[in-house]
Amino acid sequence: MTQIWHSLTAPWRAIPDRQRQILTWAFLILLFLTFPLVDKVFNWGVVNDVTDVLVLVILALGLNIVVGYAGLLDLGYAAFFAIGAYTTGILTWPPHHLELNFWIVIWAAVIVAAFFGIIIGTPTLRLRGDYLAIVTLAFGEIVPVVIRNLGSVTIGVGSWQLLSDFNLTNGVQGLNPVGRPGLWGFTFSFDPTPWYYLILIIAALVILANVRLQNSRLGRAWMALREDETAADCMGVDPIRTKLLAFAIGASFSGFAGAFYAAKLQAIFPELFKFNLSVMILCMVILGGMGNIKGVVIGGMLLQLFDRVVLTQTTILARSVGEALHISALATIDLSLWRWFFFGLTMVVIMVLRPEGLFPSAVRRAELHAAEEEAPRAAEKG
Amino acid sequence: MALLEARRIRKQFGGLAALSDLDLNIEKGMIASLIGPNGAGKTTFFNMVSGIYKPTSGQILLEGKEIGGLRPNRVTALGLGRTFQNIRLFSNMTALENVLVGMNCRLKSSWYGALLRTRSVMQEEAKARERAQELLAYVGLGDDKGETFAKNLPYGLQRRLEIARALATHPKLMLLDEPTAGMNPQETVGAMALIKRVRDELDITILLIEHDMKVVMGISDCITVLDYGAKIAEGTPGQVRANPKVIEAYLGKGVAAQIRRTKQKVAAETGSQEDGTI
Repeated sequence: MTQIWHSLTAPWRAIPDRQRQILTWAFLILLFLTFPLVDKVFNWGVVNDVTDVLVLVILALGLNIVVGYAGLLDLGYAAFFAIGAYTTGILTWPPHHLELNFWIVIWAAVIVAAFFGIIIGTPTLRLRGDYLAIVTLAFGEIVPVVIRNLGSVTIGVGSWQLLSDFNLTNGVQGLNPVGRPGLWGFTFSFDPTPWYYLILIIAALVILANVRLQNSRLGRAWMALREDETAADCMGVDPIRTKLLAFAIGASFSGFAGAFYAAKLQAIFPELFKFNLSVMILCMVILGGMGNIKGVVIGGMLLQLFDRVVLTQTTILARSVGEALHISALATIDLSLWRWFFFGLTMVVIMVLRPEGLFPSAVRRAELHAAEEEAPRAAEKG
Repeated sequence: MALLEARRIRKQFGGLAALSDLDLNIEKGMIASLIGPNGAGKTTFFNMVSGIYKPTSGQILLEGKEIGGLRPNRVTALGLGRTFQNIRLFSNMTALENVLVGMNCRLKSSWYGALLRTRSVMQEEAKARERAQELLAYVGLGDDKGETFAKNLPYGLQRRLEIARALATHPKLMLLDEPTAGMNPQETVGAMALIKRVRDELDITILLIEHDMKVVMGISDCITVLDYGAKIAEGTPGQVRANPKVIEAYLGKGVAAQIRRTKQKVAAETGSQEDGTI
């Protein structure tokens, strides 16, 4: 099997490294740029789904900074997504009479999300590992509850009132409609294609930012903190500043995603940002390989492909089999109800068999290989 | 003025005084050693100087500036580098990246500079990489060893990498916590040579904790002996070796007395002048 694969890919591997890289990139860019066209030709109708997947991939890349680079386990990341989305909603919801331009609002969402990143970061600076995870988990729960209750805000002391029964978030019903972006007279509406291209641009920028941060002074400081906080501190890395930057920059990415998502969905409500979403994003990061951009992107897409395509198609298949064989349990099965079971199972399998993720970077692979060679020698040394 | 000056510093862990009212001066350009039995307070002293612990009382001055109680990264920025007793490298980063982290506080590029990749940031980055490569070569990790993950390096080289990483912080004073622990005799000789070179060529003052007496006696200009958190002796290797208190601390009162008697007997028999030395 591997031999067949080897001979099939031989011509490809004969191309020099540099050119092969350019070819791969050109192919990927072409694929993504022409995707809506291909979708139309084959009549798949999945552009909208792919757009949603890209939103989640951006979230995963943001979480990758916090969890993958800086090693701070954040279980409440969806809260920042909610904050980004609600900033957009509040600034563009007609009853507020603000209705700001989307292109301004998206930056406001980024700044507000980053600000809340620092707010949640500050009290957790002294915490490590599990304790940090618990605090972020609580934060992830607090945010939707607060949003649900901000439908009636009253600020005042005694008879003096600054705000009285002010409806900021419209409670459980949520904000509807949310302002849409427009560009040179063109307004984004129900056609998913313009949204697709917009999220593609945002995703490209987020990936670029991830790559540049990874190979920078700050990226190295994050990784040093992840490896050994005390040693990093002794080497001149300021842990407080560095961690806060991780929280702020990680959160700012979800600000982009939140603003986009709110505008595209045209309606946001607290139920969208539950704990499940935080777990899903974390699963995407872990599946692909923490701290590895390519892994997070591919892993995230795979998980979504599984969720949106494999589960529904398998359900259809299982039902037709059930009908043919007259097994009523199989004929009425809905595997998409089992999604969290499958996610959980995937995580267990990944953690046991391949803790480095499905797509560890080339360096990581080399490292693991070297570790295997090193093991017997270390054993000899005792 | 001494480069490092500790004035009556004290560290209390609950009811236990790990260090009590220690005075210690390290002159510029020296290789100084801190020795003593296990639990004497040597590493506690290092941790206080480098900022991991805050002294319960007393002052620590680096070039006349108070550093006691400052956060470790502030102390590092003021010119103090250190290594650790149990190697604490960033194991899942390459050797080169480890050294680059050491340079962190000497680099200026900000997060937005990294995002925009301005020319000054790129130049600084290129220069830093070049310098890191030089440092690696300096400690004996030349060729392509810089691309190896720290955890995959052999033990002796890991110790050397820790020194390179500490050098990258551009220190005036370097604290080495048992730099030759666990090394074979050949590696030990190499490490001693490296420490000497660092002092002679890079003009960095060195304070080390060491249990290997061959190393201590071989390279130190000055030795301080601690026992139960207090200084019991100080001086050149010759003076310390001759100090009966030191022998007592290391070997116990009975053995020390026995050695003294034997030496005296031998001296009386041979008429030799030297008495009391080991």
